[in-house]
Amino acid sequence: MTTKQRGITRRNVAVALAALAVLGLASCGKKEEGVVKIGHAGPLTGSIAHLGKDNENGVRLALDEANAVGVEIGGSKVKFELLSEDDQADPKQGTIVAQKLVDAKVAGVIGHLNSGTTIPASKLYHDAGIAQISPSATNVTYTAQNFNTAFRVMANDAQQGKVLGEFATAKLGAKNIVIIDDRSAYGQGLADEFEKAATAGGATILAREFTDTTKTDFTAILTSIKGKNPELIFYGGMDAQAGPMMKQIQNLGIGAKYLAGDGVQTAEFLKLAADAAEGVYASSPGVPLDKMPQGPAFAEKYKSKFNQEIQLYAPYAYDAMNVLLEAMKKAGSTDPAKYLPELANVQYQGVTGNIAFDEKGDIKGGGISLYQAKGGKWEYIETIGG
Amino acid sequence: MDIFLQQVLNGLVLGSVYALVALGYTMVYGILGLINFAHGDVVMVGALTALSVISTLVTAGLGLPAPVVVLLALAVSMSVCMALGFTIERVAYRPLRRAPRLAPLITAIGVSILLQTLAMMYWGRRYHTFPQIIKATRHEVLGATITDVQILIVLVSALIMGGLLMLVHFTRLGRAMRATSENQLIAGLMGVNINRIISATFIIGSALAAVAGVLVSANYGVAQYTMGFMLGLKAFTAAVLGGIGNIGGAMLGGLLLGLIESIGAGYMGDLTGGFLGSHYQDVLAFVVLIGVLVLRPTGLLGERVAERA
Repeated sequence: MTTKQRGITRRNVAVALAALAVLGLASCGKKEEGVVKIGHAGPLTGSIAHLGKDNENGVRLALDEANAVGVEIGGSKVKFELLSEDDQADPKQGTIVAQKLVDAKVAGVIGHLNSGTTIPASKLYHDAGIAQISPSATNVTYTAQNFNTAFRVMANDAQQGKVLGEFATAKLGAKNIVIIDDRSAYGQGLADEFEKAATAGGATILAREFTDTTKTDFTAILTSIKGKNPELIFYGGMDAQAGPMMKQIQNLGIGAKYLAGDGVQTAEFLKLAADAAEGVYASSPGVPLDKMPQGPAFAEKYKSKFNQEIQLYAPYAYDAMNVLLEAMKKAGSTDPAKYLPELANVQYQGVTGNIAFDEKGDIKGGGISLYQAKGGKWEYIETIGG
Repeated sequence: MDIFLQQVLNGLVLGSVYALVALGYTMVYGILGLINFAHGDVVMVGALTALSVISTLVTAGLGLPAPVVVLLALAVSMSVCMALGFTIERVAYRPLRRAPRLAPLITAIGVSILLQTLAMMYWGRRYHTFPQIIKATRHEVLGATITDVQILIVLVSALIMGGLLMLVHFTRLGRAMRATSENQLIAGLMGVNINRIISATFIIGSALAAVAGVLVSANYGVAQYTMGFMLGLKAFTAAVLGGIGNIGGAMLGGLLLGLIESIGAGYMGDLTGGFLGSHYQDVLAFVVLIGVLVLRPTGLLGERVAERA
């Protein structure tokens, strides 16, 4: 490189810096007093966008309420602003939007929705010292990384898989079981925990089959399963696959019972599977909406604001946001370094129940509820633990 | 044995759909040498349009019999897709016909993303349940089961493919299409209106896409704005496998891909003692594709002959 060229480069740098400084000043001048940014991340496009939007709505509801009431933190009025990012349920995209939120200097993050995105993103939040509360990521790894910034308000897969495995063997009396999972961090993790508990309960796993989150045709693996004649099929995955899968199970004339986790315990699944949903068992961490302390009231509030039904995790997203606010209020600061100790020791009575975290950041004593689809509705069976 | 027969039936149904969509890719490639990546998304638009029409008719409570509703929905969805196919070619491909080959390829990907986003805005992000107004009755065939809808898929696909072959080989339009695919310039000099023939190709391909979209969603019961992407990719693979540009090849490739996927997913786990499970079903399909292309780079039936159209 010649001297002349270097000179030009330097001058360019100087100009750029000057421009940046002007911009920076301008944005400082415009910045409103006491605006605190809160990040949310989840899939807002793609096959489970309906769940991502549901979470976003939960967070938005909590923040709008806080803004309407006018929250004071450390003696000064604070206005909250939501930055919602689309992680497309893709781990790669998850870290990109996490970095975006970190760069935007958010005071805390509610998200992500999927375990697959939550885990890689949690490293970025941890390195930036920003608190993260996931409303719905249930993979064990998330809180097992010793991050003081990672929390969740829902029982994890180890707890859920164990309950499901015990339910399959003890209550449903299944001896021969086939497991299908969608190869996502959530589906695979849940299926692994289920397998452990079911084997411990005396059941034989005839086969493990796999699919992925882009598929709607499962006839090949289902036919192979039909040949093995299991008493129960367990599916670790989401409603978007379970719906068509159930229809194909019916069409192929497979008589096995069908059991799945919280990804399937949705209103959407009942619509997708229609009459094939009849008799399907599924679990969900926490207690059903109408058995939550403030569930029905929350459902009404949600419906009147967004003009649609709660999909799945909105109450958890709402609680996660309120827990974060509670910790901020207690600490009198929106600085994560100051409120993180308060968050770790928080005691909060939310919509979904009492919220407190153990030393890993998992919710203390989260219960798991079991349901069965009957007549186009999820019928509550029982809650285990909690 | 009934399990094997069932897997073959599964593969046949899946393959018929792949073949139907593959025809759209192969027709356009045959004439323009262009890979129309937006084709899968035209399938999606077809499915969602039909769904909207059916829901509207059912909620309107006119009391129309189910077959009439389906035929009406199919007619509307085919018209919409035909208009869409025509517009895509006119707006995104025709201005680039003399541009380097990469340019229309990129606009094709652009159109695909555009269609997905527009569909997301119009129909929303959620999965739509395809109304099952024709009851899926099961039939037992030698221990295997097949539903009405699945039989319909195989029959309709076979009929359409047969019809298309007739069209290409025994009509004036077909002859013009073959001439255009052979050499656009000479065909033009012989009095063939090239632009009209190319538009016709896109319109026919899009009509087939609409039919495929309706059949797929009727079978699986769901439709969503991303459904065209994977389907398009598989159908494109099928077209390449059979020899892209060749109509018979698209059919053969589609059926083969369906059978390979279904039998692969069904038996891989048992044959390898659980070492390779059903999650390798796509891997197997693509390994076969690579194998075929290494041995026969033009695909199974792909030859540079006048027959392509």
